[in-house]
Amino acid sequence: MFGKKRVAVVGAGLTLFRRRLKETGKELSYEAAKMALDAAGMELSDMQSVVMGTAPDAFDGVHMKGEYLADGAGAYRKPYTRVFVGGGTGVFTPLAGWWHVASGQFDSCLVVAEEKMSSCYPHPQYAFTTIFDPITERPLGMNLIWIFALEMHRYMHKHGIKKEDIARVSVKNKGNALDHPCAQLGAKITVEDVLNSEIMAWPVQRLDVSPTSDGGGALVLVSEDVAKEVTDNPIWIDGAGWCIDSTLWTNRDLYYPNYVECAARMAYKMAGIKNPPKEIDVAEPYDPFDYKELHHMEGLLLCKKGEAPKLTAEGVTQRDGDLPINPSGGLLGVGNPIAAAGLMKVCEIFWQLRGEAGKRQIPGDPRTGLAQAWGDLMQYGSVIVLRH
Amino acid sequence: MSEVAIVGVGCVGFQPILPELSYKELMYEAAVKAYDDAGINPRKDVDVFVTCAEDYLEGFSIFDEFVPDQLGAVLRHLFTVSGDGLLGLANAHMLIKTGHFDTVVLEAHSKVSDLLTLMDVIAFAMDPVLNRPLGGHPYYVAGMEMNRYLHDACTTVDQCAQVVVKNKKNACGNPYAAYGANVTLDQVLCSELCFYPLRKLEISIPADGCVVMVLASEKVAEKLTDKPIWIKGVGWCTETPNLETKDWSKAVDTRLAAEMAYKTAKIRNPRKEIDFAEVNDLFAYKELQHMEALRLCDYGEAGKLTEQGITERNGELPINPSGGLLGMGYGLEASGMEKLLEVVLQLRGEAGRRQISDLDVGLAHAWRGIPTATGIVAVLSNVK
Repeated sequence: MFGKKRVAVVGAGLTLFRRRLKETGKELSYEAAKMALDAAGMELSDMQSVVMGTAPDAFDGVHMKGEYLADGAGAYRKPYTRVFVGGGTGVFTPLAGWWHVASGQFDSCLVVAEEKMSSCYPHPQYAFTTIFDPITERPLGMNLIWIFALEMHRYMHKHGIKKEDIARVSVKNKGNALDHPCAQLGAKITVEDVLNSEIMAWPVQRLDVSPTSDGGGALVLVSEDVAKEVTDNPIWIDGAGWCIDSTLWTNRDLYYPNYVECAARMAYKMAGIKNPPKEIDVAEPYDPFDYKELHHMEGLLLCKKGEAPKLTAEGVTQRDGDLPINPSGGLLGVGNPIAAAGLMKVCEIFWQLRGEAGKRQIPGDPRTGLAQAWGDLMQYGSVIVLRH
Repeated sequence: MSEVAIVGVGCVGFQPILPELSYKELMYEAAVKAYDDAGINPRKDVDVFVTCAEDYLEGFSIFDEFVPDQLGAVLRHLFTVSGDGLLGLANAHMLIKTGHFDTVVLEAHSKVSDLLTLMDVIAFAMDPVLNRPLGGHPYYVAGMEMNRYLHDACTTVDQCAQVVVKNKKNACGNPYAAYGANVTLDQVLCSELCFYPLRKLEISIPADGCVVMVLASEKVAEKLTDKPIWIKGVGWCTETPNLETKDWSKAVDTRLAAEMAYKTAKIRNPRKEIDFAEVNDLFAYKELQHMEALRLCDYGEAGKLTEQGITERNGELPINPSGGLLGMGYGLEASGMEKLLEVVLQLRGEAGRRQISDLDVGLAHAWRGIPTATGIVAVLSNVK
């Protein structure tokens, strides 16, 4: 009927993830965008459109935060859109960039994700008190650690998983992050350290959780024609998937993320992937908590339900394993400035497939990689498949 | 590339307050109407759902969480654009143009009656370092802009007031309008001076309502309906978030957005080729400024055309036959959808008492309000 257009990633940029007291959100956006443009050898004037990803306005206390960040992200006098799907935003933003170019509307799109959580007083967690239903849930005074503790517990119970099986993820990711120049919490820790860390809300302990942070990330997306001109080494966006589940999370069995599977199937279908564990060489599933990496590996169909802890224990998910998972260090190690953290995962896959991941480079010339993020009320999945 | 058409519309409201419907019920009611209009089952026939909302206007930190159930979008491909409904249209249009998706649902609503402190929320959109500490009501920015515009465009306060008279009169014929009225020029000019030179009746009043639309690719559209309304071009632009550096006399965002939309729609002479337009009139002077930015007339000419009755519903260039935001009510992120709804109904010939005869091409325009400089333009036609 008509041809479908391919979209290439030709540059990526990522700022240091820290409490960035000296920089505003605009400046973090600028820093990341400039790095991505420089990496691509392109100018802002080459960018025909801009897409912004950033999570709740409540972090910054700025209504219409997307509008506020526009100039920092390079959107002066340009077509500009902000998309927002909670924690899923970081991986979703390049998907929005993808359709800006794949539609034929633009030949290029600058994708920027930014998060500045530290300005939320007294703690960014307070921004999350208003993510709950105002009648049935908010009066309970809930927070995110609570609800994820419920989910973690359910997951452990369903498959008979022990805390140590989960703690290994934190050990691996924080260890991987030691090699990441942007990382906030890279560390050499042991399973015992995790098990002995402060209990937040059982079974969640301090070292099961990723840190809040400030940071920015950016990608340069271009059409096939432009890609040929600017690089010999384009990385193609071959799969895009996203899915939302019911708002009523209390009515769902939390042991398995159906919405992630739904998003993954959408992306795999687009990318023509039939056997994900065989065809995916490297993956960056969302890991704001250590159990989430396992949960999401299963949702992404990278292994059977309940099998992810076993693969982790066997070392399969290490950088030199058969299926490297979160070679960047993930959110647990690099940090979790929400939207920027999601985009960090896409940046990592880009660098891994280009062979530019430095000390983090996985062996064996990876050809196909995947990044995924998760958001809303344990409800949203966004998935991107990249190919060399 | 497939053409894209609007094949179903549903609207609830707009009313000053809809206390009997929660925001979820508003969305549900409008969605049911739109699905019925398009003849689709949302659980089977829709590839992507696009909702448009801003957190602070909804009272949630992540409003996206609360949208799937009432749209029939559970375990489906949905996302939220933090922007006006017309920006959602831009994204829905691109999604179908990729060739990967055939049917997209677009939603935007206003449940502004739940919001006790709208102006305080808008004040929170001001730059927190440079502008917010100055305090004051955010609409002072509109007063300042109007003053500058009147000066540069040699336009008069009477001409701005005439926009109010026209739009509120047009709204009397619109069942979706909250604030239709027969007001006189004197009544507008004698209404309270709120933000010099902006007067009370020149400011759109917020209203509750929801608009849902179904978009489809050529292939699907032609199966679903004999009255598809084709999207010929969409353009959008953010000039700058900085009040200090934006252009105060011309709506640059809208001019650039229009250029983009006209290019895609292959429109060279908008004044001749566009039969009618629904342009943002959050404040009366904005209708005039936006008409000029859309190149529907020369700079400084819009006031005169309004005075001469050319922009009346039966004039040569009808502007806001729906009654605009001044007549329908300010629907927050659904403001652009109010415009789009009227364009679709007019082009289908379903605008009832408001129907303008012999229409081929209509334009819908949105501006995101104070303090933004973001404009979105869509050109639609009932001819492929």
